Amino acid sequence: MSPLVRLLVSLAISFPLLLLNVVFIIWFERKTLADIYGGIGPKHHGPFGLFQLAFDGMKLIAKEDVIPAKADKMLFIIAPFLVFVPAFMTFAAIPVYNNIYARNFDIGIFYIFGATTLIPVGIILAGWASFNKYSLLGGLRSAAQQISYEVPLLMATLGAVMLSGSLSLVEIVKAQSKVWFIVLQPFAFIFFFIVMLAELNRAPFDMPQAESELVAGYNVEYTGMRFAFFMFGEYAMLLVMSALVTILFLGGWNSPIPALNGLVPGITWFVLKTYLIVFIIIWIRGTFPRLRVDQLMHFSWKVLLPLNLANLLITSAILTVVYL
Amino acid sequence: MQSWHYADLVYMYTYIAVGIAFIAVALGLSRLVAPHHPSKVKNEPYECGEVITGQPWIQFNVRYYVFALLFLIFEVETVFLYPLAVAYKTLVKTMGISAFIEMGIFVVVLGLGLVYPWRKGILKWV
Amino acid sequence: MPGAKTDTIKLNIGPQHPSTHGVLYIKAELDGEIVKNAEPQLGYLHRAIEKLSENRYYHQALPAVDRCDYLCPNLNELVYCMAVEKLAGIKVAERAEYIRVIMAELHRITGHMVWAGSLVNDLGAMFTPLLYSVRDREKLLDLVEKISGSRMFPNYNRFGGVKLDIPEGWLQDVLNYIDIQEKNLVDFRNLVESEIFDVRTKGVAKLTTKQAINFGLTGPLLRATGFDWDLRRDEPYSIYDRFDFNVITEKDGDLRAIYNVRIAEVTESFKIIRQAVKDIPAGPICNKVPSPLRPDKGDCYVRIESSKGELGVYLVSDGSDKPYRLKLRTPSFCNLRAVQELVKDYKLADLIAIVGSIDIVLGDVDR
Repeated sequence: MSPLVRLLVSLAISFPLLLLNVVFIIWFERKTLADIYGGIGPKHHGPFGLFQLAFDGMKLIAKEDVIPAKADKMLFIIAPFLVFVPAFMTFAAIPVYNNIYARNFDIGIFYIFGATTLIPVGIILAGWASFNKYSLLGGLRSAAQQISYEVPLLMATLGAVMLSGSLSLVEIVKAQSKVWFIVLQPFAFIFFFIVMLAELNRAPFDMPQAESELVAGYNVEYTGMRFAFFMFGEYAMLLVMSALVTILFLGGWNSPIPALNGLVPGITWFVLKTYLIVFIIIWIRGTFPRLRVDQLMHFSWKVLLPLNLANLLITSAILTVVYL
Repeated sequence: MQSWHYADLVYMYTYIAVGIAFIAVALGLSRLVAPHHPSKVKNEPYECGEVITGQPWIQFNVRYYVFALLFLIFEVETVFLYPLAVAYKTLVKTMGISAFIEMGIFVVVLGLGLVYPWRKGILKWV
Repeated sequence: MPGAKTDTIKLNIGPQHPSTHGVLYIKAELDGEIVKNAEPQLGYLHRAIEKLSENRYYHQALPAVDRCDYLCPNLNELVYCMAVEKLAGIKVAERAEYIRVIMAELHRITGHMVWAGSLVNDLGAMFTPLLYSVRDREKLLDLVEKISGSRMFPNYNRFGGVKLDIPEGWLQDVLNYIDIQEKNLVDFRNLVESEIFDVRTKGVAKLTTKQAINFGLTGPLLRATGFDWDLRRDEPYSIYDRFDFNVITEKDGDLRAIYNVRIAEVTESFKIIRQAVKDIPAGPICNKVPSPLRPDKGDCYVRIESSKGELGVYLVSDGSDKPYRLKLRTPSFCNLRAVQELVKDYKLADLIAIVGSIDIVLGDVDR
């Protein structure tokens, strides 16, 4: 396959795949949440309300696009791009099987973290540009949140990198063919999961949107398609980060039961594990109240960061003993 | 730079371009379909329907600036840890225990960087 | 930043806001995330219930009074009826007293539960806790509908008794409801009392007894500061002196203490209802009341312990068949007074929680 054809094919697959997954996750979230609080969830359009999102999309497209008169128009328009495009970018680096990926970057982890760092920038821009006090507070909370989660997120990943000796996501999964890193790095997994929730702006760390105090936070002033792309970017990141947890700690496409090796395609395991993580994230949203933004900051600087450093030291000590 | 690195960049930029194009197309489509009737009230910022006093673009008191400064330092340091982490297994095999000592120095220095402001009592929201 | 010049922003929270429990409008002044000042502005749900009542016959004011605190309407009716009975010297039928107590305690349960649910909502949870309590309230509304014919605003109490006798099997339904509610309460607490709930509520809006008394706070807010005061026990009205129940107090006076007091009070209400259902006598449900009702000239103040605090009615009669003046002392309104002082120097997120913890029902505040 010529490189150009390969590029086009990868785009042609990953783009619809992202759309479908995001639509499915939103439906899945609404159904799961409904189950948790004793409701029904979407049910009118299609089997089990599966087509609900198509109708939501139509509605959002047909909505009036309002830009507040005093807003900074340029930044207001750029902000949704900065939220959606990085989420889509990261999709290029996610492998779903040994040889099924858009691109196996040598520095896959760096690539993904680099791209996702842009998302809070988009949120801060949105908050600032809207000329709205709620948005401003939401945007600044997002900045606070990024300051809190980013260092522990990178640190928690270091364990997996050390064990596999590579930054390539495919290599990391291959290194887990015998033992998953969740067994070798249980604490790193927990830390990663917690800060990942903050990265995704998901409950209990959804302060930038904080419905109960900031109404909708940074996207108060956004309507129609622009609003849709904030949501879209957010759910795309939910998918990407769940996949990343699967790759880093849950053994990616490796089968949990050795006996089933080869019988069930590895990609099935990958999808199942990813959706398990998605489900847990949704479950947490349905259950917990929100932390305050200063509590998150203190928690991640005074608890997670020292613990992460300790975890790093212990891991390197054990590795030294093993490989010496 | 190796040739496949250029291919990496091509992939990255293509994905960026497609992402931007997707938004642009969707917004364009929305522009064709959606109504557009601006009015003075509609273009006001939302603030629970009451008369707005003051404006949001002010000298805002960002209460976590100490964290922000620390963040800059730690972020860079953490990125420097990555090469060490990637090469750690090889280093242990070739250099032995001194690899661990080097790693330990790095991490401990990082830890001291955290302990110092903490003991100073500035690691909090002001 | 020390030395740097920063401005405060003046933020309107409400009336069109997801968590102002109706249409409360808070003028807040924020310095960064920290609340420097917050003034509640009232009047968006004012329906002139007091004035309306002055232009109607005594019994016609009942439905209006019903609509004050729409979460526990029966308590409003109860206190109004008690005031009229005191003024006109009407004796209440024995059986009716028991029914009144049962109804009042049922409404107290739902008042507390819906409060707890919406507090967690204000703290930022999804609707789960709120919908848990609303689901239970639904069963209660069925019970109320069975006995009074109306779900939300029963309009059930009458001077000298109640409107209708208990339908067949209703008492058993009440006991079943309590059993279910008791189980669900355990569920609810397991759901709500997480670590995050602890850090969000402990130490927030701390009140001392002295402060609480100075603000004129009553009910769970006062009891949470350690002051042992419950009108049901200390100034027994209706037939509350016949039941055995505890008055719950906590020491801390913060949000968590208020939550603990209310949840424990739900359990006490179970106790009272169980005793009332056991002891309820047979007999007439309503004594004869002169018609038209013309109480002698005079005035009276009657107060009861509602789920939110002291609910009082000041009633003046000029000897005609309409009240000369009806003044409702509603707990939500009086407790709301404390907000402005309580929220100072807390974070914006705490402001919402503190307002939620006061248990304001805007119908009760604005009347």
